[in-house]
Amino acid sequence: MDTRLQTCIQARFQLDFPDFSLQTDLQLPARGVTVLFGPSGCGKTTLLRCIAGLERAPVGFFQVRETVWQDSSRHCFLPPYRRPLGYVFQEPSLFEHLNVRGNLAFGQKRVPVHERRVAMEQALDLLGIGHLLERMPQHLSGGEKQRVAIARALAVSPQLLLLDEPLAALDLPRRQEILPFLARLHQELDIPMLYVTHSPQEVTRLGDHLVILEQGRVVASGNLQETLTRLDLPLAQSRQASTVLSVSVCGHETAYQLTEVCFAGGRLQLPLRETIATGTALRLRIYARDVSLTLQPPQQTSILNVLPATITHLATGEEGQTIVKLSLGGALLLAHVTRKSADVLGLQPGLPVFAQIKATAIL
Amino acid sequence: MPSDADLVAILLTLKLAGLTTLILLLLGTPLAWWLTHSHWRGKSVINALVALPLVLPPAVLGFYLLVLMGPHGPVGQFTHAIGLGTLPFTFGGLVIASVLYSLPFVVQPLQNAFEAIGTRPLEVAATLRARRLDTFFSVVLPLARPGFLTATVLGFAHTLGEFGVVLMVGGNIPGRTQVISMQILNHVEAGSYLQAHWLAAGMLVFSFVVLLVLYSFAPYTRRHH
Repeated sequence: MDTRLQTCIQARFQLDFPDFSLQTDLQLPARGVTVLFGPSGCGKTTLLRCIAGLERAPVGFFQVRETVWQDSSRHCFLPPYRRPLGYVFQEPSLFEHLNVRGNLAFGQKRVPVHERRVAMEQALDLLGIGHLLERMPQHLSGGEKQRVAIARALAVSPQLLLLDEPLAALDLPRRQEILPFLARLHQELDIPMLYVTHSPQEVTRLGDHLVILEQGRVVASGNLQETLTRLDLPLAQSRQASTVLSVSVCGHETAYQLTEVCFAGGRLQLPLRETIATGTALRLRIYARDVSLTLQPPQQTSILNVLPATITHLATGEEGQTIVKLSLGGALLLAHVTRKSADVLGLQPGLPVFAQIKATAIL
Repeated sequence: MPSDADLVAILLTLKLAGLTTLILLLLGTPLAWWLTHSHWRGKSVINALVALPLVLPPAVLGFYLLVLMGPHGPVGQFTHAIGLGTLPFTFGGLVIASVLYSLPFVVQPLQNAFEAIGTRPLEVAATLRARRLDTFFSVVLPLARPGFLTATVLGFAHTLGEFGVVLMVGGNIPGRTQVISMQILNHVEAGSYLQAHWLAAGMLVFSFVVLLVLYSFAPYTRRHH
């Protein structure tokens, strides 16, 4: 892929509040989903508001592809209503005086006809809200409201979609209801998205690129797999540490109720998903705690998925844990093992091992 | 039965209240908007000034208006210089006095309505390509409709009932400044209580009906905010 296309969103902001300051200098890919991740109060939302122009950073530069939206050195600042973006707030914030159709049309009819690329029907279809068109917001559930809010943001045919913790205000079942729709946007639309969240689950489910923020500063920014497996970051240390593998379905073993997927590091077998056609691309999440290591290929084991790997890095974790970073033909995987096992096995960078994967989850 | 003079007073009162309410909506809307969204430190001074007619005896307001607009007052000298003459004891003077007197009854409901809307819908509208004025007409106005209804009704009803200010600034000139409340006073002073009843009871019923309508809308208002 063209590297220039990879990094064509530039976001430099400096903004000071009495008790908080935001300082960023980011180069982001202008495609796929960039997740802005960090604890609450770290400045993710402020960064998103600066990008939208809802907050005016005194020192700021923002560019998407060839278009500059803000350049404080040249006193250039496009007001929010002139920025070709879509914004989804944490609360759905639908216009209470308009029905669903009116809410969707509000933004769309203000976009010049020749700039409209997302049809109303497409937005409705992507979010599954076609049957709600005539409803007033008061008569929608929380999940439906947020789906309408996302469709409303899409209906302005944005060049950049900004989502500020769109699931945070919803309970778990509602979140599970909306996540598949967001994943679909990701697959079907070529609109770059900046997605703010503090949920590791949403990071692994949706992200392509990961930016980690802490106290208004960028701690890390990079490809999702590389950043998830950076041993110097708290993500890899946490009990929820996981990695994401991009795989494709290469067959089904119906007799054993198994589906086989392939990636650069080999083949894995998963519980049968006959509905997924051969050749389909999938994302798998593998928790570090579900990966164990052996030096010899295990002869007799109930664990199906054992793959050769090479240790690339080691780090000391909490509670007597050692965090091991593995390369499986280039694909990255984390394993949490006890420090005792690490010593007994003599684990060190460069050592070839076998990774036993106890569980995988399709994202 | 109401006399011809009564009918003239009723028409004059309705004209005064209607014109005052219209002017107040035009001036009060930007003022209330500014009071809601300004971060200026001296804002509370303006808030206090707007609320002043709520607590001030109408005679005090009327007295100072009389002094200001009279031939020796700065406003009076200005209006005289531009060829308008002096405003006390004219319909124009009465309109100005009523606008000041009823100001809080229009500005405060609007301010409450704008504050209830908050800034989020404005931000949403901005991210949906709406300019500020566009946002005001397409989002703020419809959402603040109950507030505008309250402001209109209170501004109108309060102007209908004014007495002290009229007494000081307007006097009792038939067809020009003789409003219903003055006419009731005239009837009482002349000892014709029956005539006074026609007007007084009319005012009572009208005011009650207006407030009844207003409060019937109130639950609707609350549900929306």
